Amino acid sequence: MASQTRSSFSSGKFRRVIRFCRQRPLGAIGGLILLIMVFTALTADWIAPYEPLVNDYKAMLSRPSMHHLMGTDAHGRDVLSRIIYGSRTALLVGFSSSFCGTMLGVIIGVICAYFGGKIDVIVQRFMEILLSFPLIVMALAMMAVLGTGILNVIVAITIPMIPRSAQVIRSCALSIRNTPYVDAARACGFGHIRIMFRHILPNVVAPFLILVTAYLGGAILTEASLSFLGVGVAEPTPAWGLMLKGAAVTFAETAPWMAIFPGLAISAAVFAFNIFGDSLRDELDPKLRTS
Amino acid sequence: MRQYLLKRILLMIPTLLGVAALIFLLMRVVPGDLVELKHAGEGSSIPAETLQKERELLGLDKPLWYQFGAWIWDIARGDFGVSMWTGRPVLYEISIRFQLSLQLAIMAAFLAVLLAIPLGTVAALKQDTWVDYVIRVFSIAGLATPSFWLGIIVILGLLILFGWLPPMEFTPFWENPAANMAQLIWPTLAISYRYSAMIMRMTRSSVLEVLREDYIRTARAKGLRERLILIRHALKNAMLPVISVIGLELAFLIGGMVVTEQVFNLNGLGRLLVQSIEQRDYTMTQSLVLLTAIFFILMNFVTDLLFAWLDPRVRFK
Repeated sequence: MASQTRSSFSSGKFRRVIRFCRQRPLGAIGGLILLIMVFTALTADWIAPYEPLVNDYKAMLSRPSMHHLMGTDAHGRDVLSRIIYGSRTALLVGFSSSFCGTMLGVIIGVICAYFGGKIDVIVQRFMEILLSFPLIVMALAMMAVLGTGILNVIVAITIPMIPRSAQVIRSCALSIRNTPYVDAARACGFGHIRIMFRHILPNVVAPFLILVTAYLGGAILTEASLSFLGVGVAEPTPAWGLMLKGAAVTFAETAPWMAIFPGLAISAAVFAFNIFGDSLRDELDPKLRTS
Repeated sequence: MRQYLLKRILLMIPTLLGVAALIFLLMRVVPGDLVELKHAGEGSSIPAETLQKERELLGLDKPLWYQFGAWIWDIARGDFGVSMWTGRPVLYEISIRFQLSLQLAIMAAFLAVLLAIPLGTVAALKQDTWVDYVIRVFSIAGLATPSFWLGIIVILGLLILFGWLPPMEFTPFWENPAANMAQLIWPTLAISYRYSAMIMRMTRSSVLEVLREDYIRTARAKGLRERLILIRHALKNAMLPVISVIGLELAFLIGGMVVTEQVFNLNGLGRLLVQSIEQRDYTMTQSLVLLTAIFFILMNFVTDLLFAWLDPRVRFK
């Protein structure tokens, strides 16, 4: 009896999750890896076998063994521990930049679609300017201005994302603006702010979620590229891209584990986010173009 | 048609001016002073007068609007100025690296398309079989693999398997094709995988979509051979969105080149950009970013034209 009442509590959502897993096994695997990553990042202090920043000059460049499962780097730091702590950097940069970028895109997109006219034209022109650089070139230029550091990386990845998400959201919001209920709301004499927040915004929540997950993988990849080029996260912060920089190439022959494992971590994370994002899009709004 | 072309070309000018202004402003708020950075290696403190003199020489003492105006005016006359770091003309610095990067880009794009279109088509034809799954996982993995890491793995593989590293010195293709290929084929592999994965996904979904069309059913109903249906009816139509993705996602190629040139120690344009940003070389960075934007905008334009030319349903507006 008790279990029945409890299941009816959350049965709707819970069943939806079960169905999602059954119909989209690939997406479910992605979601699982994602959960594992979040768990790893949160519990890094307990599960990492070593301190990520402590040098151990007696164990420099040691092979993977029982003591160091993924070996150590040129400073004797444990690679596995650095990868575990690196997931914090990756997730922090990934989530905050894709969330902020899409959020700002939503605000700009909805405003453009709602008001139209001159505002729309001017903003669209400006977005076009931002869009005429490849993302990495834009982010590189931003990093030159901001200097290295985790917060700056987030800003540098967020800004090129804004015009991309604004475009998608704008076209969604345009179709909503022309629906009868928006006309009705306007006829009731509601203010612009109220119509935008209460009537249009709830309808772009699905594309918003889709975009956030779609951009997550890309954001992590861009962070890794920037750190690899030496203009991203600064030493000694553990970050996957940074671990591949310099020493990993120099010692490629003698210590290949330094080059292999961080790259695997990046690929696995981005892979998981991409398949999860794809499945989420298919589930919520198959027609939306996110790439 | 002519009016459309003219309008598109004229509309590029304000966009490019905006790009120029944006990158100019970005570079000027960069913390760190070029002149001081340049002399940092010399150790002892430099008299302030020397620094001031050099700033004057580079025109850095003038007001911002004046610097911007002078820069734009020079570019309009085809003069990109001199690198603030090496003192050589920007266009010269670019020209000595251009050949390598261009060849790399062409080879990577070619390989990517060559790989993506057949694989994408096969995946669509064998939808939901193990072939489809393998190709799909291969392409999703491609999107997830950073090209710089793939480059490191390629180098590692060459070292471990053959104990050999690709040559560092660039040899032009027509001087010694073998040496040229021995150097450039590896970065090509690393760059093209990600780009190819993108095109592969597009090909698959596009072919799938076309195969569901009525005219394919009609063609089957009138007993046309499957091969003919595929080549003449399906692929021809499915290629349209693929072509636009090839053009629009060039960013994948450029992004791949920037990081991969670093891994393989290639003296190309991507490396020049990273270097000039590190050195706060204003003129060099500005010119490179502006040229990238010009290239990007032009490629989008060409893609649009090609699209309209291939598909008569698309009208010029």
